Amino acid sequence: MLSIPLKYNVRNLFVRKVTTSLTVLGIALVVAVFLCVMALGEGLATVFTASGSEKNVLVLRQNSQSELQSGIGRDQAPLVKALPGIEKDADGKPIVSAELVVVLNLDKRDGGSSNVTLRGVEEKGMALRPGMRLTEGRAFVPGTSEVIVAESVARRFEGAEVGDEIRFGAYRWKVVGHFDAGGTAPDSEIWTDTEGMANTFQRGGYSSILARTTDRAARDQLVAALAGDARLALDGKVERAYYDEQTATAAPIRFLGFFVGVVMAIGACFGAMNTMYAAVSARTREIATLRALGFSRFSILVSFVLESIALALLGGVAGCALAFLLVKLALSGVTGTTNFATFAEVVFAFRLTPQLLATGIVFSLVMGFFGGLFPAGRAAFTKITAALRQVG
Amino acid sequence: MAEPLIKIENVVKQYTRDTQVLTVLDGLSLTVEKGDFVALMGPSGSGKTTLLNLIAGIDRPTRGRILVGDAEVSAMGEGALAKWRSEHVGFIFQLYNLVPVLTAFENVELPLLLTRLSKKDRRRQVETALGVVGLSDRMDHYPRQLSGGQEQRVAIARAIATDPALLVADEPTGDLDAKSGEEILVLLERLHAEFGKTIVMVTHDPKAAARAHRLVHLDKGVLKEDVRAKGEKGEIGVAAAAAIAAGK
Repeated sequence: MLSIPLKYNVRNLFVRKVTTSLTVLGIALVVAVFLCVMALGEGLATVFTASGSEKNVLVLRQNSQSELQSGIGRDQAPLVKALPGIEKDADGKPIVSAELVVVLNLDKRDGGSSNVTLRGVEEKGMALRPGMRLTEGRAFVPGTSEVIVAESVARRFEGAEVGDEIRFGAYRWKVVGHFDAGGTAPDSEIWTDTEGMANTFQRGGYSSILARTTDRAARDQLVAALAGDARLALDGKVERAYYDEQTATAAPIRFLGFFVGVVMAIGACFGAMNTMYAAVSARTREIATLRALGFSRFSILVSFVLESIALALLGGVAGCALAFLLVKLALSGVTGTTNFATFAEVVFAFRLTPQLLATGIVFSLVMGFFGGLFPAGRAAFTKITAALRQVG
Repeated sequence: MAEPLIKIENVVKQYTRDTQVLTVLDGLSLTVEKGDFVALMGPSGSGKTTLLNLIAGIDRPTRGRILVGDAEVSAMGEGALAKWRSEHVGFIFQLYNLVPVLTAFENVELPLLLTRLSKKDRRRQVETALGVVGLSDRMDHYPRQLSGGQEQRVAIARAIATDPALLVADEPTGDLDAKSGEEILVLLERLHAEFGKTIVMVTHDPKAAARAHRLVHLDKGVLKEDVRAKGEKGEIGVAAAAAIAAGK
């Protein structure tokens, strides 16, 4: 046994073009805004989750939440570098980089200023970050106040082109190259060498030490060795886990996305509900006729819920298209936000993933279902005898 | 005498409005034979449409029993009634009640969607029904592209698509001009004479009632007059119908 054909509902949507279009537009806007906020959260999360290797161990002062809070004494560094589990290069040197992190406030191209992380690295700094490559110019020469700048930072800040000079207070750095880190954390940074930077800022120690281990067992051995050495008072964290903790920055944005999305969705639900109530009252006699012909209450209910879902689906598809265009055209450039742990700007791009688009569609279907349920209920419980003779 | 199709026994129908109880049908009894063509007449508020709705199973009596064929319609639940209607009753309405967004073909197909027929069999039955009402060439037209008379013929095709034994018609000519109304009456008569349909028709119009073979006159919820045409195939006739309608 078949139910009321779907073409009945779809054609009715096209018959009332104006109300259908307005409702579709309302739902589309909700879905588009929801997707844009979620794309922001997604982009932000990617910066952190894509960062960090499972094989690298990041050494910080005990109980430090971030590199900026951490400090490692100059005398401790050789002890750490000598710990077991650290991978050696062909020459037998440990693959380790003692690093220094300072936050600079620099002028942005579009006015105002923002914080950027300046990171001092040792010789192995780049080798420890696979996927990182120079895109322009050359690497800095240690001890010369030369820096290389992430491409996405160069695009957003003044005086960061190759050949330019970055100024911060009395300090000057010559930009000799640009790099790309494939959307990971260094993409928000400026790099120079640790020793030169320690001299410039007169620092007697390091912020952190990054070390590569040979395998998982060696990694766990190194982490255990750090934890077991009470004299050092240092913590070893798997680099990937460290960045996962930093992802907490994206959580409030995702929450905001859901919250804003849900609040607007409730509004859009009422819009759909209104449209469907109007549709049901305009078709009272038609519904009574279908009931008289023998269609059950349930099939009337299903039919009108499906009509509402079809309506919302149009809105969902339009919303996805709108969000797609927005992200492609208006929000395609990289943008920045503040990492609440380091107060440095984090550079990221809006990421509208296929999963997010699917979420947008599902989101619209849910709106259609709830918006259609009550009007469909009214349709299903139409009193046949009175409605049959209703004129209009 | 032919066997009875509809048996109405002491039916009372009351509506409660606020605290007032309104009695629309007051202990009515009536039997309609298989293959009969009955016109229900009476002034507004006499209960004729209510009686038609009860026979067709879209309303239920407050008291009393209604049997149509083997089914005790007055005792059936909502779901069972819907299924019974789809199999045994064809509806013809004053305002045709076609679905505007469906073509003539799709409108006639609607009741067949409730059967187990294949798509091919449905198409065959829709084509047959539209052929009977003479609209084979209008299958793909939407209701708005048809005249009132044509719309009512599509509605009649929809009513006979499942080949039900009983057709109920509520003022089938009430919204039509004289010529179109006449065509519809001729068609109903043919369905009765050629296809053996039992027809119960509510009408105000003596000309429509004149086509029937039996005229039941209701007033204030009770049977006032019950007239049969003389002879096997006779009609009531306009003069008799007009006299009854005028309450003489």
